[in-house]
Formats: sequence, C-alpha cells, structure tokens
Amino acid sequence: MKKIATGNKAVAEAVKQVQPSVIAAYPITPQTEIVEQIAEFVSTGELKSRYIPVESEHSAMAACIGASITGARTFTATSSHGLLYMHEMTNWAAGARLPIVMANVNRSIGPGWNIWAEHTDSMQERDTGWLQVYVSTVQEAYDATLMAFCIAEHNDVLLPVKVNLDGFSLSHIMQPLETVELGDFIPPLYLPHAIDPKNPMGYGGLTGPDQYFKFRWDIERSMRDSVKVIQETERDFSKRYGRTYGFTEDYWCDDADVVVVSMGTLGKEAEVAIDILRKEGIKAGSMRLRWLRPFPKLNLQGKEVIVIDRDYSFGFGGILAKSIQAQQKADVYSVIAGLGGQEVTYEDIADFIRTRRIGEEFWFGVNANV
Amino acid sequence: MYEIRIHSRGGQGGVTAARLLALSAIHDGKYATACPFYGAERRGAPIVSFVRIDDKPIKVYSQIKKPDLVVVLDASVMDVVDVLQGLKNGGKVLVNSTHKKEFGSFSSSFVDLTGIALKESLVVAGGPILNTPVLGALAKMDIVSFDSAKKAIREMFSDERNVKAAEAAYRELVL
Repeated sequence: MKKIATGNKAVAEAVKQVQPSVIAAYPITPQTEIVEQIAEFVSTGELKSRYIPVESEHSAMAACIGASITGARTFTATSSHGLLYMHEMTNWAAGARLPIVMANVNRSIGPGWNIWAEHTDSMQERDTGWLQVYVSTVQEAYDATLMAFCIAEHNDVLLPVKVNLDGFSLSHIMQPLETVELGDFIPPLYLPHAIDPKNPMGYGGLTGPDQYFKFRWDIERSMRDSVKVIQETERDFSKRYGRTYGFTEDYWCDDADVVVVSMGTLGKEAEVAIDILRKEGIKAGSMRLRWLRPFPKLNLQGKEVIVIDRDYSFGFGGILAKSIQAQQKADVYSVIAGLGGQEVTYEDIADFIRTRRIGEEFWFGVNANV
Repeated sequence: MYEIRIHSRGGQGGVTAARLLALSAIHDGKYATACPFYGAERRGAPIVSFVRIDDKPIKVYSQIKKPDLVVVLDASVMDVVDVLQGLKNGGKVLVNSTHKKEFGSFSSSFVDLTGIALKESLVVAGGPILNTPVLGALAKMDIVSFDSAKKAIREMFSDERNVKAAEAAYRELVL
C-alpha cells in the first residue's frame, strides 16, 4: 500500500520491523516523533522491545551499552544537544565494539536557541568510531535505518551506526513511503564478546598502552573493512527491494566541469539547480555525500569543486570542505550555508555554482568572503 | 509542479489538511510532499503549511514562495497575514467563508467549511474540524480526484462523518 510518512515516522516504522530487543530514549525536538511512535508501537504490542524511558540522553546511551553488551539488538534516537550530552557514552559504545543503531535528527546547537537543521551536532561525533550515513528523503531514512542494523552487526564491523536526517526539512516533511517485507535481510545478531554468565570475563578493566593501542587500531581496521560490508549490504538491498544506494549519490557528474558536494536534503535541492544550469549550458553536477564515516574516496579529479557545509569548525573552516580539500589535494570553493535552518533554495545553489571562486570561503547570507 | 500554501491557525488542522491532500495526490498516481513550516507554533497563532504535487519525484525542500493556489482555512488570518504574497499570475484562492471578497486579478472560491463541519458535528476541543471538508472543495477544484480524496480521508479517519463533510463541501463549492 502506498503510504505517506514523515522522516521521523519512517525511522520508527523501520525500527518496528527490525524489532530491537531494547530501546532506550529521551525525547528531544525535532526527533520526539520517532520515540513517541516507537512508544506507541510498544504499547500496542506491534513492537516487542523493552522500552526504557530514561532521564537523559547520557543514560539512554548508557542503557543501550548495557543492553548491547549482553548481545541484545539496541536502538536509540536523539538530536542536537541530546547527542552532545551522549558524547562520552558514544565514544564508549564504539570502543566497546557494540553495534548500536541510532537515528540522529540533525539540529543546530545553542545558543541562540534554534531547533532547525544543521549538521554541526553529528559532525562533532565524527572521531568517535561510529559509522555515519546522511539521508535525503523519507524513503531513504527508512531504507538506511534497516541497512544500519545489517552493517553495524556484521562481524567484520561490530561498530555502532548513526543515521542522520535533517531536522524539520526531513524529520517533519511528509513524502511517499514504500515499506518492504524484511524476510531474512537482517541476520540474527551474534556478538562474539557478549557477557555470558556461564563463561565469566572482565569488562572495562584498566588497559595498558600496548593493549589500548591495539584496540584503537582494531577499530580502524574494522572501519576500513566496513567499506566492503556497506557495499555488500547496499547491493543486497538493491537486489531484494530495487532501491540502489552508494557512498555518494552522483547526479550529472561524469562529464561535469564543476561539481557541488553537499549532504542531506540540500543534496536533493542541488539536483534541481543542476537541471537549471545544464539548460544554461553549464556542465555542472551534484555529488551528495551519504557516508561521512567511513569517508569514501571521492571521484572528483579534474573538476572544479564547490562544497556546501551545513556545519562549521570555528577557526578552521567548513568540515566537509576541509576534508575534501585534503583528500583531493586541491582547492575548493567552500560555501557555508543552511546553518540554523537557514533557507537555501535551488536558485541559491545555482548561484553558488555560477559565481564560484575556487580557493575562497563564502558565508551565504552574510556575503562575507574570508 | 503545482504548489499549494495553506493558511490556518494552530490547532485548526492545517497540517493534517496538507497531509490529506498529499496522500490524495499520491493515490492519483502522482508524487507529492507536504511540509509544515515549524516555528514558534502556538495554538491559535497564524501558521502555514505547504503541499507540492508533481508527475515526477519532488526534490525541492525549501519553502514555497510562489504558490499556484492559496487555501485560507481561517478568514481572520487575512487581517494579519498577506495571504496573496507571491501568488503566481493566474493563481487561485480558496477561502473558508460565507462572505465573498475580491482578490484583485486572482480567481477566488468561497465555501462555508465551518458551517459544514458544525452541521456534521465535527468538533474537537471546541473547534470545528476543517481539514476533511476542505478536501472536498479541493477535489471540486480538480486539484485531486474526489475518489482519491475520500480514500485518503478513510485511511486517516474512521468516522464516516468526515467523508460526508467532504461531500457537502464538494456539492456546495461554486466555481
């Protein structure tokens, strides 16, 4: 049946089908609808999870960690300040190699108090060891949530995965949603280091430099191995359900002279800008980055590159722009736009491309080149 | 792409009207998105919500600035908001009101959705429900088919009075 759903409801719908054993969450705008919907599914019995309403996000992640170490499938959702409050525990979750899945509804950080879309919240989590995917449609939010469990729980990965969706512009927009019959798409979770009362072991003990260093390398090794697992999972998903995803979504990139790189809903809006520019005879393309971690090798050689950052690292620059600049060993035109939910239209994006100044940084709306 | 902006007050069901309209369009075999503008929303404060309908997938997420159709669920909003802002040349206005009003060069339609809702006793928390009857009026204007509109209403509401109200609006709206 054709359905219509918000991004929030799509995530909740996916979680219902996956049936995690434990869900611990604390409501925070604009993801409240996810945990509300999940609570409703639990109350009607459609979702057989143990739902733990906690007193804070720090506790939500701690509860997920406690549940996950027993080998239980776990999920939580958060946003913005909620995610920041989890930060100590998100590091622990990755370090303890727990395949927790989280939905984060991207939102700005106060002050000024602002509830709209921005990516700085999840960008601050980029060095924790979590895999991160950014989605752009209601359908993709649903599909990515399903795939997140496959990827996180794969024995070559065993790292937590975060699905990021833009606050309001995706969390609250209503779009068509096609749900799938899950079948055996997600295999049962096997956690090799799960707590087993019959085989008692010590967890979280003091770890000397040599061992600690090996554990860190092991996280990175799994992060590198996750590339193949992501590709395999997305291929399997495409074969089963007919929707294809990759590390990036490329639109008219092959013959493009200039490519605009962005994440989330801006990446879809950018495609409309490309349609306009192509009609004007400008050979432009759009690359929507889906996976921030592991960060993919981007195919941008020989092209002028514009990067739209819906985030900022003060005293450094747009985080995406700097990452791409380093990887490509080439200057880019860095556009800082959409902070705090600032409206960025396809016409604005077309203008960024038309008036590009490679090597410069441009704050949209402030009109300051720095 | 056909773009619709719905003006209402918080609590009147403008967001649900947008959702019903988008769902009806999807049942018509089209693509549709409904997006509420979320700000500091308060019950009774003027709010807007948006619907886009197209034959191909919709990639635009920014707010609608040049609508083809403006729907006013609460006529009193017109005292404080310029509902015609950005309305395209040849654009249309649909107002829930018994009183006709001129909108310059724009063609306008009027229907007493409040009266219809009260007649069917569609009242929640002391206020009439306008989101289901307005769908009948929008079907009459050919924005969506009436069959799809009724299907969408039945999927979201089990109370058949909602369909009756939509039918009344369909009948009463004079184009």
